Amino acid sequence: MQDIMKKNALSIEKSVSGRRGVRFEQSAKLPQDILPQECLRKTAPKLPEMSELDTVRHFTNLSRQNYCLDSHFYPLGSCTMKYNPKAYDVLSGLDGFASAHPFAPQAGVQGTLELLYNLQELLKEVTGLSAFTLQPAAGAHGELTGILTAKAYFKAHGEHQRAEVIVPDTAHGTNPATSNMAGYKVVNIKSAADGCVDKEALQKVLSDKTAVVMLTVPNTVGLFEKDICEIAKMVHAAGALLYMDGANFNALMGVAKPASFGIDMMHLNLHKSFAAPHGGGGPGSGPVGVAAHLAEFLPKPTVAKVGEKFVLQETMPNSLGKIKAFYGNIAVCIRAYCFLRQYDEKTLRQVAEQAVLNANYVRVLLKDYFPAFFDAPCMHECVLSLQKEKMNGIRTADIAKRLLDYGFYAPTIYFPLIVPEAIMIEPTETENKEMLDLFVKAMKAIFEEIISEPQTVHDAPLHQLVKRIDEVSAAREPNLRW
Amino acid sequence: MFTSNTPENEKEMLSKIGVSSIKELFKSIPENLLYPSFNLPAALTEDALHKHLHALAEKNKSYLNFIGAGCEEHFIPAAVNALSLRGEFLTAYTPYQAEASQGTLQTIYEFQSSICALFNMDVCSASHYDGATALAEACLAAQRVSNKKKILFSAGLHPHYKEVLHTYLKNVPEIVLQEVPLKDGLTDQNALQTALAEDVACVAVAGPNFLGQLEPMQALCDATHQAGALFVAVVNPLSLGVLQTPGEYGADFAVAEGQSLGNAMHFGGPGLGIFTCKQAYVRQVPGRIVGIAKDKDGNRSFVLTLQAREQHIRRERAASNICSNEALCALNAVIYLTLLGPEGIKEVASLNLSRAHEFKEMLVKNGHKIKFAGPFYNEFVVEVNTSAQEVIEKLETQGIAAGYDLGQVCENLKNCLLVCVTETKSVEDLQKYAQALRGF
Repeated sequence: MQDIMKKNALSIEKSVSGRRGVRFEQSAKLPQDILPQECLRKTAPKLPEMSELDTVRHFTNLSRQNYCLDSHFYPLGSCTMKYNPKAYDVLSGLDGFASAHPFAPQAGVQGTLELLYNLQELLKEVTGLSAFTLQPAAGAHGELTGILTAKAYFKAHGEHQRAEVIVPDTAHGTNPATSNMAGYKVVNIKSAADGCVDKEALQKVLSDKTAVVMLTVPNTVGLFEKDICEIAKMVHAAGALLYMDGANFNALMGVAKPASFGIDMMHLNLHKSFAAPHGGGGPGSGPVGVAAHLAEFLPKPTVAKVGEKFVLQETMPNSLGKIKAFYGNIAVCIRAYCFLRQYDEKTLRQVAEQAVLNANYVRVLLKDYFPAFFDAPCMHECVLSLQKEKMNGIRTADIAKRLLDYGFYAPTIYFPLIVPEAIMIEPTETENKEMLDLFVKAMKAIFEEIISEPQTVHDAPLHQLVKRIDEVSAAREPNLRW
Repeated sequence: MFTSNTPENEKEMLSKIGVSSIKELFKSIPENLLYPSFNLPAALTEDALHKHLHALAEKNKSYLNFIGAGCEEHFIPAAVNALSLRGEFLTAYTPYQAEASQGTLQTIYEFQSSICALFNMDVCSASHYDGATALAEACLAAQRVSNKKKILFSAGLHPHYKEVLHTYLKNVPEIVLQEVPLKDGLTDQNALQTALAEDVACVAVAGPNFLGQLEPMQALCDATHQAGALFVAVVNPLSLGVLQTPGEYGADFAVAEGQSLGNAMHFGGPGLGIFTCKQAYVRQVPGRIVGIAKDKDGNRSFVLTLQAREQHIRRERAASNICSNEALCALNAVIYLTLLGPEGIKEVASLNLSRAHEFKEMLVKNGHKIKFAGPFYNEFVVEVNTSAQEVIEKLETQGIAAGYDLGQVCENLKNCLLVCVTETKSVEDLQKYAQALRGF
């Protein structure tokens, strides 16, 4: 049977010469009658030839080889895989939005501009910051925007000697990579024993060369950076700026405003905290919010309101410039706007509260099996580790693969780097106790398997369409295309 | 709104955790920072939200659209969104757990393959943010490969691409950016020759360029290579159904905005950054790449590969900081290309080419001046007898989006309108626009 319906046949392997999925009108003139021969392509591209039905079946069947949020608990730490309401898919795709051209007369795109303006306002309100740009296409792109905003700020103040960005060892890899792309030297600092910033270590490296300190709050071990206000003062005393990586904003939504910590800027991930789906890798959206003194340096244009009209504000002489073509990932922004319009002052706190409740519940129930690396109440995610002596040689990667067999997507693993064999679990606020109980049950069952039949865990997954993949085999002689 | 723990759930959970209230879980946040006030509008039910968003969408006007300039209106077959909006694709994350993400991984492999076939290039990444950022990354990669400091770019690049290039590259101390001017709507080859000194890392040229003109990509590429520099092509992917491909003229890197392949305009985003290169530069590619691997039983499977380039492994020494990309837009593109196949892509590109030329003939007959004489694909420049801005404003009231006002980028071109004609326009549409343009 399996050979007949080969499960992962490529479209090109199903291709039959002469088959078509869609037809267009015949053009009045042929290309060779319009353009000189040297302008034309010589051979047809090797694309599959399939009917519409073949195509629909091909991609439908491929989709069924995915775990996804709609079908599975997806506790991928730091990725905030919360439910993506179906209404937002429909509404962001409304023809009025989807058909708007970025260079259309602004009188004809007032609906989109109004929405974007109001989204900026809502983001300002939930973070307490003074201005937002919606342009960045993803979190890392937001980081780059933030760091370049800082660069433009220091340039305007003639502080060219500030050439360093300080990053703790718990940071996402994007933080140092971003700083490097922005032309800064990265200074790494070790975390303290409690998982938070080591203030002494920070003080040692802060100087008049420091441009920015990048912190994730709560940090990547799932703990609130308890001295954040003091850190902000230290950073400012050194004349530097404090950047907050907002990847973990879900822990704070409706409960605290980052501006009150004393930060100068942050990015948000609309595809995480604001319920836009991740689409298997993107598109995301990473708006950047800043305190008042940095607003003039944001990318241009921002969306402004002039009288009753909404306009793209292009005149920003101190702007860092453009960070992408056009104005941002608008379809994602529309979803985030929908999300925020479904909450009010009373209910917004449920986001952080339920996210934190769920994460602590999992942490506590798994305590005797996979203890938290830092034994303290966590925020929206918990970072667990292994009791090495009981593991029979089983590693975190094995546990992750075995979870797939139990019908759960795996948590984030081996991150943050300071936690050996890290298992980072982020349930989000949209899961409930019953689902978490099932997940805990699976984790406990795997723990028992590690004791009694470690080989099963070692060989996992056993019940997926493919067995454990040898990732090294892909890199040896890369096959990246047909 | 979308939480579902009941008060009973909450009670049980808190008791297991060993605290008496949720607030206790936030003890690590200083008390004075907790629970500030939020000035938010009243929460909407789903029903009310629908009405609100419909009302906003209706404030946007529907035009008979002739604007291109980096974002084009094309027909999107219904199967594209019907498939890509399936929750299995839409609500999955980056495929870190390959065994449970084979669907997404295989679609990315097929995307990479289809784009390589269309471009005649060796390697394609899983996607980048948009055409402009893909261009900036390609120039950075070319600089790393060649270890030379100067990056030349044609003045014919999209103005936004030029700005993004500046934003990305001006912060790398060892890079010098230099613009090569246009002559008669095309990159000035003499000026390029002069600029091609020994320290040039790469030359970036768009074909078609921002004025719609087909650059002599072969000649520009050859001249670049003769000077020992790398050639970075910016192309319109749909046009490659008929136009000479970057692989054919020997480009080292070829990037593009892939929105025209099955993605809606959406006020300019999300776009689809396409990043391709020659095999030799595969380890300089920014972001995700999917490759074929073997599972334990020796069966074919798909994984994210060559990850040693990436930020989560290499941190400050990574090729780029990119993490999230535009996977769903890439999925739209590969479904679109699969539906069209080699014949369909040729057909739709031919139709764009042919309709645009039909329209040009109509305008010439009506006595309009076409600004540049060279070959073009689906976009060209009309010179009108008043400011392009005025034409745009007048025609807007008739429901026609007349084009892009080139006066925005060049004072000398303020009477020039950049007009794009795609397969979505019927001959009647063209006649309607031509009629409205009489007298200008």
